[in-house]
Amino acid sequence: MCLSIPSKITTIDTETNVATVDTMGVSRQVSLDLVNEPVTIGDYVLIHVGFAMSRIDEADALESLKVYEEILAKMDEEEAQARGSA
Amino acid sequence: MNDKLTDKDLFEGFRDPKVVGYLKEEIDKEAAKLDKPLRLMEVCGGHTHTIMKYGLNQIMPKNITFIHGPGCPVCVMPKERIDHAYILSMQPDVILVTLGDMIKVPGSNGSLQDARSKGADVRFVYSPMDTLGIAADNPKKKIIFFAIGFETTTPMTAALIKQVENLKIKNIFFHINHITVPEPMRALLADPACQIDGFIGPSHVSVITGSKIYEPFPAEYGKPVVVAGFEPVDVMQSVLMLVKQVNEGRCAVETEYTRSVTREGNTTAQNMIDHYLRKRSHFRWRGIGDIPESALELRPEFEHLDAEKIYADILPTESIDDHKLCICGDILKGLAKPNDCKVFGTACKPSSPLGSCMVSSEGACSAYYKYGNLL
Repeated sequence: MCLSIPSKITTIDTETNVATVDTMGVSRQVSLDLVNEPVTIGDYVLIHVGFAMSRIDEADALESLKVYEEILAKMDEEEAQARGSA
Repeated sequence: MNDKLTDKDLFEGFRDPKVVGYLKEEIDKEAAKLDKPLRLMEVCGGHTHTIMKYGLNQIMPKNITFIHGPGCPVCVMPKERIDHAYILSMQPDVILVTLGDMIKVPGSNGSLQDARSKGADVRFVYSPMDTLGIAADNPKKKIIFFAIGFETTTPMTAALIKQVENLKIKNIFFHINHITVPEPMRALLADPACQIDGFIGPSHVSVITGSKIYEPFPAEYGKPVVVAGFEPVDVMQSVLMLVKQVNEGRCAVETEYTRSVTREGNTTAQNMIDHYLRKRSHFRWRGIGDIPESALELRPEFEHLDAEKIYADILPTESIDDHKLCICGDILKGLAKPNDCKVFGTACKPSSPLGSCMVSSEGACSAYYKYGNLL
């Protein structure tokens, strides 16, 4: 039950501290009362039972994916070379 | 790849079968260097679900096995406390509010779904905050929020308590069943029969608590911990990190899920919990037994909100054991797999569970039933 779906903030009501988020195309409202750091429109947040828990570190997520992408590209290259020399 | 994160990156990126394949090869290479088999416990039921759903257990080398941990709050709730929910819901002036995970969990007299069919007013909500609307619409009723979950869900209950206090709402009460992750990990390690060599640490519990809560495990028990995200790539990467630690003679807390977990965690949420709740002296875990300080309760200054105290006269406290044939305790300790159980998939099914691990979709037995290709 600790699952959470990454969701993107689309609007923020600063008076009530409630954000509207887009969860894979579904729009819903979440409280920002438990968020530890400032969030803005366009940020990805983890939401859980009606609350945003934390902001997803965009740079960190992209960096991890980039590392994997580079490894896969290198593997493809090596495979192509191996095939070429066979 | 763009410099802006998209839904596609977050979902498909961390589920890419090619990346899983690459990580499998790397794990195989490292596993070949191991002196002895490695048994890794994924503490959280969410990880058990990922492992079974994506078949990660099937692509592990022979000398690495997963032990499925106790991190499913509904599964480990003892029957006597499920009975509390049932009994409270049957009070004529009570509306019992809880999260959907509780619907089917069977107590001695049946589940909350059964209570509803007998006329009880039980409401399953998406968010604890929905309780406020129910209380406003039913001023003559007593609304009891039956709170469940690990550290991930506890701050949201605390946020509701804060609202009830600030708005001076007189008809919302709480039955607190929040439990914590490190104590059962310690309890499992204290068992001489324990087979655990390292831990895959929970994702979203750690978002709240920070990875610092696992620091005693390498220091005091010599067991490495890697905090992992919930996607298959996250789990595979974490296994690789654990095997590398063992091969390099290291033993530390590391975080794979760095896009969401820090060492300190969410201090706003931690402070909110601390303000309203404190450690309970002990709590009985279904399948494991009594564990000191493994759960929370309302602080004495908020006793006037505590349904467990207000209704103490009608809430039995004697412990109720699981079915004799159930081996959930052994499964949680890594001594048996769900399909080693005589009643797995026969007398014990998700629709009529006998033991804790079959109760919720995150329980090990339920995940084996759904994805294990065993029946």
